[in-house]
Amino acid sequence: MTATTHGAPKAVATTRHTRGAGSRGRAWRNRGWVLFFLAPSAVPLLLFTAVPMISSIWVSLHDWNLISAMRWVGLDNYTDLLTDEQTREVFLHTLLYCAGYLPLVYVGGLGLALALNQRMPARAFFRAAYFLPVVTSWVVVALVWKWLLNPSNGLVNTILGALGLPEPGWWTDPTWALPAVILSSAWKDLGFVMVIMLAGLQAIPSDVVEAATVDGAGPWQRFWRITLPLLSPSTFFVVVISLINGFQVFDQVYVMTGGGPQGASQVVVGQVYDLTFRYGRAGEASALSWILFAVILLITAVQIRGQKRWVHHA
Amino acid sequence: MKNIARRSVAPVIAGLVLALGACAQGSATKTDNAPATAGGPVTIRYMNFSANGGHEKDLDAIKAAFEKANPSIKVQVETTPYDAYFTKLQTAVAGGTAGDTFELNYENFVTYTKSGALAELSGVDAAAYKPSLLEAFQADGKQYGLPESFSNVVLFFNKDLFKAAGVAEPTADWTWKDEQAAAAKLTDKAKKVWGDYQPISFFEFYKALAQSGGEFLNSDKTASTFNSAAGKQAAAFLVGKAGKTMPTEADGAGTPDFDSKLFKSGKLAMWHTGIWLFSGMADAPFAWDVVVEPGNAKKASAMFTNGVVVSSQSKNKEAAQKWVSYLTSSDVMTDLRLKTSWELPPVADEAKLASYLKAGKPANRQAVFDSLDATVLPPVVERQQELQDAVTKELTAAAAGRKAVDQALADAQKAVDALLK
Repeated sequence: MTATTHGAPKAVATTRHTRGAGSRGRAWRNRGWVLFFLAPSAVPLLLFTAVPMISSIWVSLHDWNLISAMRWVGLDNYTDLLTDEQTREVFLHTLLYCAGYLPLVYVGGLGLALALNQRMPARAFFRAAYFLPVVTSWVVVALVWKWLLNPSNGLVNTILGALGLPEPGWWTDPTWALPAVILSSAWKDLGFVMVIMLAGLQAIPSDVVEAATVDGAGPWQRFWRITLPLLSPSTFFVVVISLINGFQVFDQVYVMTGGGPQGASQVVVGQVYDLTFRYGRAGEASALSWILFAVILLITAVQIRGQKRWVHHA
Repeated sequence: MKNIARRSVAPVIAGLVLALGACAQGSATKTDNAPATAGGPVTIRYMNFSANGGHEKDLDAIKAAFEKANPSIKVQVETTPYDAYFTKLQTAVAGGTAGDTFELNYENFVTYTKSGALAELSGVDAAAYKPSLLEAFQADGKQYGLPESFSNVVLFFNKDLFKAAGVAEPTADWTWKDEQAAAAKLTDKAKKVWGDYQPISFFEFYKALAQSGGEFLNSDKTASTFNSAAGKQAAAFLVGKAGKTMPTEADGAGTPDFDSKLFKSGKLAMWHTGIWLFSGMADAPFAWDVVVEPGNAKKASAMFTNGVVVSSQSKNKEAAQKWVSYLTSSDVMTDLRLKTSWELPPVADEAKLASYLKAGKPANRQAVFDSLDATVLPPVVERQQELQDAVTKELTAAAAGRKAVDQALADAQKAVDALLK
């Protein structure tokens, strides 16, 4: 992804160059064919993404339990949700999730990338191994972690017990349910961050590093002064994507804790799901989705504006 | 220019038509709802969950017998596991693709009736059904569904564990006090043997409340009345078991199949659960039996019933009603349910149930019928699932020691009242 950011201006320049006079007419004539070839993906996208998205605005303005007739309520669903204690709670849990997940996955992924950027035996194997969870289904990963973290006979607690450490209740204890979800999520996504960071590391020009070494900078100084600043576009990408995904966390929560115990790990999307399919409150669920959309949009916009301060494009 | 425009748009339209054609094919099920053309057989779709997990063949046998008796009607059965059934049904009703007939449990019946999704049934042969069950599927004096089956909850007990601990086996006269005393003696934490198991949930609470003489809702269902002296007794009874004579959430309680595995492994002395587990426990490697559940101020056994309804969207309501009547009252169905222990048939004539008593383990199957002398159905409101979740959530908080019982009950009452507005 970062590669596209870097490559974008060049690509634009080349197209501009090849566009000769009179190509405008040809482009117009070709437009039908362009649309034709786009149709196989554009039509499903319209039908199954754009249309439902837009109709969810309509649904969000109604009281509707999916099986009865819709009743117009205007903005009531939004005002009710914004004053509801439960909305505050699910947003808080989602924020806590992001706050725990992002540092873990970033530091862990960066560490792995640094390690696997060195010359070492079986490097390709390790790179593939760490990437494997990323392409594994969330349901599988969440079930495996649920077993590992089983409070009474899971592997993690067996080890902790053998070491004489306390054995948390993980998904049966409200205090530990969210950390359990964070832990498994970070483990699964480490490989993704690692790949992005590896690409970033390999794009750092070796002459800069060599020059710093000649000037007497130690490994620690090189990391803080050279590597990390030059990785900032990758870091930016990871932070933006991880936060967007983090706010939409659902599968692992659904499988591991079901939002429990006692709603202690219920997140926004989980609440949207429960409102619709468990409680038949599709109107409020649609409104909550749009509130989440607004929050993600705002956070991403702030990040994009803020990037000028800390992202160094080489 | 016009030509170019037409030429460039043509492939787009072709593409759209292709894509839409593919979509239309995907919803082929819809055509099954179409009325029959003259002469050909009518097809009725039936969506259900209760045949899932072992009784698919039995439902097929009922269907085959019905089709033989009614050659002009074909039944198309769609069985979905309980966990996914109501999500699927809801979406199907919303999308206009629900079956002509479908199964509803009593708890969900009110929601569907109020939403106008069900067709009224007329000319029902009321004499065929147990009256209390038939009434359960009425609303505003109209019949919107037919009872299909029922089951209840009894106290299972491990005879070997009682013998080893030298405790007298439970009888139909037992009260909560007897149960608590026995559970305390039977619990042996060192051996990981537990005296008792009863889920701390809405379903056990409304029953314990009725056993203490309390009411869950007022008569017109506008407010909850369970935060009462009886309610406090009921909540304290359930919550007091956790960790003392019964495994807690941290021990794994509440996870799927936890209790059935525990009982089957011989580590649980008493277990409050449904008669639908009789066949699953038949091969347990120890002696066990059942008895009517202990009461408090009085006896009250939980009863669950499933019904079948005709969709208001159906185009073949008459044929649909024929099928649901057959499915709920025919002798073929009665015999099959008894022979395979597939819950109990809702028939009025109790003589027809006699064979159930001799259908194998447990010995005291008479307790199943004795329990019917005093039953309690779940309180049902339009926002049922939310009500159930709210009560269970507060009770589990109390059981885990995060809240005092009285506080949990008060909070649950507040949450439930908000749902009744």
